[in-house]
Amino acid sequence: MNATNKVINPILELTGVGIEFPTPKGSFKALTDVNLKIAKGEMISLIGHSGCGKSTVLNIVAGLLQATEGGAVLEGKEVNEPGPERAVVFQNHSLLPWLTAYENVELAVKTVFDKSKNKNEMKEWIEHNLNLVHMGHAMHKRPDEISGGMKQRVGIARALAMEPKILLMDEPFGALDALTRAHLQDSVMEIQKDLGNTIIMITHDVDEAVLLSDRIVMMTNGPAATIGEILEIDLPHPRNRIELADDAKYNQYRQQVLSFLYEKQRKVEPLIKPTKKHNRVDKQSA
Amino acid sequence: MDNKINKLPHSFFNWGSLSDDVMPIWMQEAVKAIMLPIAGLLFFLFIWAAVAQNINTSLGEFPGPTKALEQFQSLISEHNIEREKEVAFYQRQEDRNNARLAEDPNYEIKIRNYTGKPTFIDQIGTSLITVLTGFLLASIVAIPLGIMIGLSKNLYAAANPVIQLFKPVSPLAWLPLVTMVVSAVYTSDDPLFAKSFITSVITVLLCSLWPTVINTAVGTASISPDLLNVSKVLRLKPMTHVFKVVIPSAIPMVFTGLRLSLGIAWMVLIAAEMLAQNPGLGKFVWDEFQNGSSNSLGRIMVAVLVIGLIGFLLDRIMLMLQRIFSWDKQAVLR
Repeated sequence: MNATNKVINPILELTGVGIEFPTPKGSFKALTDVNLKIAKGEMISLIGHSGCGKSTVLNIVAGLLQATEGGAVLEGKEVNEPGPERAVVFQNHSLLPWLTAYENVELAVKTVFDKSKNKNEMKEWIEHNLNLVHMGHAMHKRPDEISGGMKQRVGIARALAMEPKILLMDEPFGALDALTRAHLQDSVMEIQKDLGNTIIMITHDVDEAVLLSDRIVMMTNGPAATIGEILEIDLPHPRNRIELADDAKYNQYRQQVLSFLYEKQRKVEPLIKPTKKHNRVDKQSA
Repeated sequence: MDNKINKLPHSFFNWGSLSDDVMPIWMQEAVKAIMLPIAGLLFFLFIWAAVAQNINTSLGEFPGPTKALEQFQSLISEHNIEREKEVAFYQRQEDRNNARLAEDPNYEIKIRNYTGKPTFIDQIGTSLITVLTGFLLASIVAIPLGIMIGLSKNLYAAANPVIQLFKPVSPLAWLPLVTMVVSAVYTSDDPLFAKSFITSVITVLLCSLWPTVINTAVGTASISPDLLNVSKVLRLKPMTHVFKVVIPSAIPMVFTGLRLSLGIAWMVLIAAEMLAQNPGLGKFVWDEFQNGSSNSLGRIMVAVLVIGLIGFLLDRIMLMLQRIFSWDKQAVLR
């Protein structure tokens, strides 16, 4: 799709990205020829069936995986190792369980602003970021004392506190219940409106993708997955989930994503995965 | 609403006649928590007394609970008498020295240490000091070693066969080697520690090292990959990574290892003291066995119970430390 090439001054550019993993049965090509340009301040969703390599793309941008073909360039510099300018919000919050919310953010702030902020500025900055995600009231609680949604908020605060050039979110709300998820989506919209972050988010949720994104990148099924279509969401910000529920344009976008996922890239997963044992039984009965 | 528990047939744990109407639930729980262990201990005492009567040895009847209690009291009073003797000895020495000084102001006073035989209580003290020294040294070696092995898969693969080889070795096999090496290497005219002490400590160390090494390594290696990713994204320096992420994450496993190690250390020490004639509870048991008086078996029985009690207390202390230091307050510790 040519939506890829529309971006003129990209902050992040993926060119011909592919990756192969060595396995005992030979190499396995997970991704091939992924091309994507992302503009500053853009919110991109990656959507696709499980196992299509969405997380692999994100991990390559994060530097946690190395592309075997092509590469990612962030502001003119090639990405080849993880770093705080590409902060990641992990699916299961990944807070250090022995530290309080405050201390978790502090660990990030101390590492990133080691030289540029003094003690007071750091304290202010940590508190500012926790307030931003509405966690000011529970900043001295440890992860096991707060709910799943609150943990994820702290995870977002930690990522934001690194002042990343690009924020990577790996199914950030996947493990949360629907109501909590809606709250957090609103928070992310609010924060993005205020700070203008560039965000790449992986999601399974069609509504979430349409509600939050400027563009939805839809991926084909693996192996050798790549970008299937890119859908531009031309809806004015700020978006309101209740008003949009009746919006014709919104529903049309939603329909387009659904049709990509369930018609063009229909994935039929067997209810019981065939194993060797099953095969043998089948042969015998046949 | 009727309490359903009352309608169930009373089991052993429901305390028959003490129904909910008489006692609130919490009190029932408290009674259970105190009475059940006491019931267990009473049962043990009963069996002990019953069995002891029917065993006759060359040193007389096997000591029952009453005999053991008698011997315990006699051990305590022997200890007190010995302490009184010691005080008296120093008193006499001081008087003598003062008298000499009064006669001749240039007299150089000589102070001799009291050389009475160590009592049961003294032996407990010696054993405790030895086991704690050996255990502390073992931990100082084992925790860093475990962390290093846990951090690197290759190092783990290389170290594993060595650990597995030495882990099951009985202290008795080490003891002759350790004794000989200590005699050869530890030579000093004015030794800070007795040779026997060094031998015991090293034997304890060699045997109690492994559980801590293994558990620390496993705890370190099984850190969640998500936390490792966090560390990578933050580009934590290697030392910060180890101290802020790896060690806290491994702490629960480290303590599991330490508790196992301390238990082993205590068992090993008694055996080492017995065999090598190093001062301590083990030597006490051995001496009583060689002594062969009609009281010996009773005294050994006292030692057995004291060894058990101290082992139990040491484990409780470690558990308490684990509760204080571990972040995982929800873990069920027993």
